Amino acid sequence: MEATAAVGPATSVERDAVLTVNGLTIVLDPSGVNIDDEVSLAIRHGEVLGLVGESASGKTTTATSLLAHQRRGAKIAGGQIAIDGRDVLSLSPAQLREIRGGLISYVPQDSSASLNPALRIGTQLMEVLEAHGFGSSAADREARLAQMMAEVLLPSDKAFLRRYPHQLSGGQQQRVAIAMAFANRPKVIVLDEPTTALDVTTQAHVLDTIRDLTKSYGVAALYVTHDLAVVATLADRIAVMYAGRVIEIGTRDELFAAGRHPYTRKLLSSIPDITGERALRGIPGWAPRPGQRPSGCAFAPRCDWAVDRCGEQFPPDDGPTPLHRVRCWRWREVGAQAVAQDFFLRDRSAGLGESREATVIGVRTLTAFYQRKETLHDITTSLSERRCLSLVGESGSGKTTLARCIAGLHPHKILGDIEFRGTALPRDARQRPQATRQAIQYIFQSPYSSLNPRKTIAQILSQPLKVFFDLSRSEMEDRMEKALEQVALDSSLLNRYPDQLSGGERQRVAIARGLAAEPTVLICDEVTSWLDVSVQAAIIELLASLQRDMGLSMLFVTHNLALVRSISQEVAVMNDGRIVEYGQVDAVLGDPQSDYTKKLLSDTPTI
Amino acid sequence: MSDVATVTDSELVGPAVVHSDRRPSEWVMIIHQAWRMGRTKIGVGILVFIVLLAVFGPLLAPYSPTEFVAAPFSSPSAGIWLGSDYIGHDVLTRVLYGGRTVITLALAATVIGLGMGVTLGLITGYARRWIDESIMRILDAVLAFPQIVLALLFVSILGPRLWLIVIIVGLSHAPRIARVARAAALEVAQRDFVHAAEALGVARTKILFNEILPSITSPLLVEFGLRLTYSIGLIAALSFLGFGLQPPAADWGLMINENRMGIVVEPWPVLMPVLLIGILTIGSNLIADGLGRALIGIDRDTAGV
Repeated sequence: MEATAAVGPATSVERDAVLTVNGLTIVLDPSGVNIDDEVSLAIRHGEVLGLVGESASGKTTTATSLLAHQRRGAKIAGGQIAIDGRDVLSLSPAQLREIRGGLISYVPQDSSASLNPALRIGTQLMEVLEAHGFGSSAADREARLAQMMAEVLLPSDKAFLRRYPHQLSGGQQQRVAIAMAFANRPKVIVLDEPTTALDVTTQAHVLDTIRDLTKSYGVAALYVTHDLAVVATLADRIAVMYAGRVIEIGTRDELFAAGRHPYTRKLLSSIPDITGERALRGIPGWAPRPGQRPSGCAFAPRCDWAVDRCGEQFPPDDGPTPLHRVRCWRWREVGAQAVAQDFFLRDRSAGLGESREATVIGVRTLTAFYQRKETLHDITTSLSERRCLSLVGESGSGKTTLARCIAGLHPHKILGDIEFRGTALPRDARQRPQATRQAIQYIFQSPYSSLNPRKTIAQILSQPLKVFFDLSRSEMEDRMEKALEQVALDSSLLNRYPDQLSGGERQRVAIARGLAAEPTVLICDEVTSWLDVSVQAAIIELLASLQRDMGLSMLFVTHNLALVRSISQEVAVMNDGRIVEYGQVDAVLGDPQSDYTKKLLSDTPTI
Repeated sequence: MSDVATVTDSELVGPAVVHSDRRPSEWVMIIHQAWRMGRTKIGVGILVFIVLLAVFGPLLAPYSPTEFVAAPFSSPSAGIWLGSDYIGHDVLTRVLYGGRTVITLALAATVIGLGMGVTLGLITGYARRWIDESIMRILDAVLAFPQIVLALLFVSILGPRLWLIVIIVGLSHAPRIARVARAAALEVAQRDFVHAAEALGVARTKILFNEILPSITSPLLVEFGLRLTYSIGLIAALSFLGFGLQPPAADWGLMINENRMGIVVEPWPVLMPVLLIGILTIGSNLIADGLGRALIGIDRDTAGV
């Protein structure tokens, strides 16, 4: 690109930039622990910069600081932020109010929490326009309101504007939030993971809307996300953050085709691949939180390329071009290795082909209710010995209800049969024989909710052991250590409490609790949806190897179609309480028959 | 310590900062937070002072509580520093002796109320449906009676017995504590670790007391402080009405009753017990208030995690 320009601040991006961030450092107030460490960015008119990072990387802190806002306990310790030549950090509160929503606006992660539930959406949108004195008359603002609604593909009739936020779907709420952000034609817009709470289909539409609006308004957009696949279609340039620092920044193509930082490369290989060409690979360990970050390059402890120097000194700003910057001592060597070499090809022979195994769990004409409402309609499916069946669907499709029915955790009425090795099971897990309860283990979606915060890991793991086996103290300890070993955790964690572990570690503990019961069937309910992509990949790797090595039958519930290929042999696509398509993974994903599956496939972001 | 707390309180989700193997449980943290507030310190100071007075008072008392030392309603003078009461007992001595019953009874009644209330609250919060409905409606009926009326009803039927007072006052607290425990248990019962225990087939009582109870200790701690305050007032009132200790025993509530006709002549025999009961309730209320504030503060800090 502009590779001829001299190395230094005067790159073309910085000259044309609407937004520049220079050496931004944010610390936690009393302790002085760094959240953000000398973050520098620049965004031009009509450009989308994707800011990618895992939990605790400081990406959201960076994003909100652009509006001169810090969360409680955080404080800007240095650096400059300039929007359109105005120094944001030196503005008075009154001036800040004026630029927020005017010059720069913000789209939050969860719009259902950011819209005022007590005000009609028309009133809220009008407020934004009035607050910034848009146009010269009420008629101007009315016109603008209608225009905005049209732009975000929402109806602008009176009846719709008179609705309250709870009367809109999640996607509609997010569209309203986007309309609000674009209302006053801002120069800069900050989008903080605005699609994470949405289904893939809705996400695809919202991303399209964002792309069109940033281009047509010439807005400089910062799109914060943990999911590289989402920005792959949206961003012009991408900045990767790790432990409070931007460790690589460049155009989308540079990063995806020739990322120079080992972390960028790893992050790419932990994105599930919907085509199934390459295997999913996680990054060992986890991103360090503020206050725990190692000196030197913070990624060094997780990095295959790390040398002694990495632990001593943070690498300088360097890179192949003035616009593609990398913070790695060995970026030349990393760059010399082709990206493709990082992608291990998936072992496609494993477990494919028709199953000749016996049925472990059979579901026959199952209809389930939530209170009086029928939520599952006439489901018939089966899970075979040593196979993994994925249940895929969007929220509300009934996939979790089905999984919970099988586990005996659905508290409402059920019609039809659930069979375990040919024997019909009672609805409630309590009524089932002990042996069945032991054989079928359920891993919950959120490890933040499934582990009792008042119990140590040892107490948590001992629970199934006490219920199912009669063990001495030392046998119990052996079993607990074995269970932790199976999920690649150290037995030193036994005396810890769940809140002393990372999300990935917690989910491993939850899996270890399931394994401790020595089950034959493992039901995994969206077990990675709360985790970072790199951790998700590691958990999927773990589950796949456990299923293979221990001969488990597995029911894998997910909303992410891209994960299906990495773990399962069969897939059932669910929509609206029905199974709309069922078959071998390669057949269903390679040649989908139902329109719904086709739509899901085309809407799933991929790289 | 405060630095570490700031980091763990942050909304960032990830491995925790504290990697020590032991860690204070939530209610210890709440007590710690509460202790940093001036009101709690004053409350604890008052409570400690009065409890010490009640426990060791009798050792310091110059006379026996039933000894006649002067003419009735004598003014304070050398030897009888707070004067004498309606039949000539030493007021100071009787004040020093008279706190034990009210404090012990109040404490016992609160503990009983807490035990019953928590059990009922856990059961209703977890069981739901008809068990929840029927127990809660019965408790609502009990709630409809003012506590003092309920206590008077039973005491007047069964006679003034101390154990009865303790049980009745405890019983009258139970529905209130049950409501608090139920509200907290309802929320905890929705969490997946409870479902996980159910899926394993863990016994219901174990789920109640091992899984749910440890997660609701903090609101119960606050409730305990609050109910203690009410117990003190109730028991003092009952003994003022003559349903507690019987004369010639020394008791603050009883003292107010015995000496009230002489209040214009000699205020000390009434004023001292009133003052002590008053500051005792203020003390326990300040503590409950401090705990309550600490609870809200802590809840807010960890809401995102």
